[in-house]
Amino acid sequence: MSSIRKSVSKLFLATVGMFLFGFALVPLYDVFCEITGLNGKVTGPTFSEYENIGNREIKIIFTTTNNGDMPWFFDSSKSQMRVKTGEQNLLNYVFTNTTNKPMIAQAIPSVSPGKGAQFFHKTECFCFEQQLLEPGESITVPLKFVIDPDLPKDISSLALGYTLFDITKDLIHKQVSN
Amino acid sequence: MSAVIEGHHDDHHHHGPAKGISRWLFTTNHKDIGSLYLWFSFIMLFIGGAMAMVIRAELFEPGSQIVSPEFYNQMVTNHGLIMVFGVIMPAFVGFANWLVPMQIGAPDMALPRLNNLSFWILPAAFGVLISTFFMEGGAPNFGWTFYAPLSTEYAPPTVTYFIFAVHIMGASSIMGSINVITTILNMRAPGMTLMKMPLFVWTWLITAYLLIAVMPVLAGAVTMMLMDIHFGTSFFKAGGGGDPVLFQHVFWFFGHPEVYIMILPAFGIVSHIIETFSRKPIFGYESMVYAIASIALLSFVVWAHHMFTVGMPIAGELFFMYSTMLIAIPTGVKVFNWLSTMFKGSLTFETPMLFAIAFVALFTIGGLSGIMLAIAPADFQYHDTYFVVAHFHYVLVPGALFSIIAGVYYWLPKWTGYMYDEFMGKTHFWLSFVSVNLTFFPMHFVGLAGMPRRIPDYAMQFADYNMIVSVGAFLFGLSQLLFLYVVLKAIFYGKKATGQVWEGAKGLEWTLDSPPAYHTFETPPNLESGEVKA
Repeated sequence: MSSIRKSVSKLFLATVGMFLFGFALVPLYDVFCEITGLNGKVTGPTFSEYENIGNREIKIIFTTTNNGDMPWFFDSSKSQMRVKTGEQNLLNYVFTNTTNKPMIAQAIPSVSPGKGAQFFHKTECFCFEQQLLEPGESITVPLKFVIDPDLPKDISSLALGYTLFDITKDLIHKQVSN
Repeated sequence: MSAVIEGHHDDHHHHGPAKGISRWLFTTNHKDIGSLYLWFSFIMLFIGGAMAMVIRAELFEPGSQIVSPEFYNQMVTNHGLIMVFGVIMPAFVGFANWLVPMQIGAPDMALPRLNNLSFWILPAAFGVLISTFFMEGGAPNFGWTFYAPLSTEYAPPTVTYFIFAVHIMGASSIMGSINVITTILNMRAPGMTLMKMPLFVWTWLITAYLLIAVMPVLAGAVTMMLMDIHFGTSFFKAGGGGDPVLFQHVFWFFGHPEVYIMILPAFGIVSHIIETFSRKPIFGYESMVYAIASIALLSFVVWAHHMFTVGMPIAGELFFMYSTMLIAIPTGVKVFNWLSTMFKGSLTFETPMLFAIAFVALFTIGGLSGIMLAIAPADFQYHDTYFVVAHFHYVLVPGALFSIIAGVYYWLPKWTGYMYDEFMGKTHFWLSFVSVNLTFFPMHFVGLAGMPRRIPDYAMQFADYNMIVSVGAFLFGLSQLLFLYVVLKAIFYGKKATGQVWEGAKGLEWTLDSPPAYHTFETPPNLESGEVKA
């Protein structure tokens, strides 16, 4: 009888362990993506002056997309730039709340090709900010970035896409449950 | 069923079954619970099958014919969910309940009360799932793979019921698996070492470990969905910093082992049938065991071949491509062993054998299209087309389902004590064999030509093949009604079966009467003495 009890408790523990492992996949996946640049996930504003500036010219394409029915006006000041590796560059993004109610939005970046993502360093950006705009309000925010001179040779252009999400409902939800 | 109960009246057994409905509600007997699982699965087969008929009726001709696109999506989703979780899996658990204790010489399952619970929460789970059809917003409509954000942000409100149902199904499977493993590890008859166990027991031991490893991950995935929908978390919400692709990784980490959960017990069943009707012991028993174990281990490192097109680094594509192709080796070993078992055997072709041979042939076709899909660059064309539909139906219908049907024909005389009608059985086989190929083979062609999955309408050039597919599907559906008739006829009007039933059958279950007494192996058979052989 005790051998049965032993088997059952081991198997039960294995079940609980695998349930927790399911959740552990979330941070594991994030770490994995950061290391490999999977899904074009970009690392935060990490920047140090480059000694070897390099003289390669890279073409950068900027795209903006509104997710689903997100009604805001959202665009970048330039649609493309030719930049030198290791040099700091600046462009602006404009957000306008075109509706008649206050809304909160968040823009999520993605760089493609994915393996170039880890060489795209943003020194100042809005990507982790939740933006509240009153009806009709407009805001211009800067984006500063540097292209790592170590960018693989076979990449001659990069695309930085921003998708704008309406997160008003999610935030209200969070406040209510808090 | 009444025939079974009556048969026991003259048995003078001191622990006969209770009478009436309470026998089934409160039973802790592995044979009763096995029958409950099998009947439940049979009923769900007709419910899920009816949904398939609606799908094929809609696709009979191009254009919107019978049902709305919204309802079509609900049909596709629930057809998949019911067939996977309500038909194939419970049927195999039913086999495990009936056969594992008898094949290892145990008196019952190790945890009989848990056994009762794990069955009876299953009808509750499917009651919850099917009830969503009568709710506002309709049933789940996001496909059986329920990818986020389709199943979170854009899902009908009934998705919460779906999540609850999946939780209950998972709990049922996990409890069943704990029971199977505990039984096999602790209750084998003296002398039955692990490497003497019948192959069906081996396949279930490994399947149960797979279930315990991945069902909790599925529970985790639906819990994350629940939290995203109701508690404001952002596991899969891109807007909150989450990632929808993460859902696909978590889902397929469960999903790929899951597809082996649905086929490994089939390997066990087919092995027994082929050796019986070849009148030879299975060729390469040990390699069979190692093949099953390596398929199970490999199943954990191939999941992303379901999502080659999401945008993976080239190294990822190559890793998952090669690891997937590697699975063909142990699977090939098994097919080779079945063929070698039949080679120079004194073959007879009773209904179970016909289904088993069809299994070997048609499952291999499904395996070959699997190799094609494993080639990452080719998969970019095949992804989400009917070619994928053809592939997984070939491994699940003439694969898993045929093995279940074969197993029912093979062990029905043992379970009920009555023979089925051989002529009707063979008629059922030939109708099923022809119609299953008529249904699923042309899907390869329309898939390669570019017809997408999960769409209620299609371009004109696919019309001819789709009509053939629909005709085949209707015929296959009707053939299964014949199966129900054959089973019922055997139970109520069948000829008495002997204990041995099949001339070439070997194994402990055939040393018992047909039907076996309500409690069998109260004193374990001794294999060491050499009188009985497993």
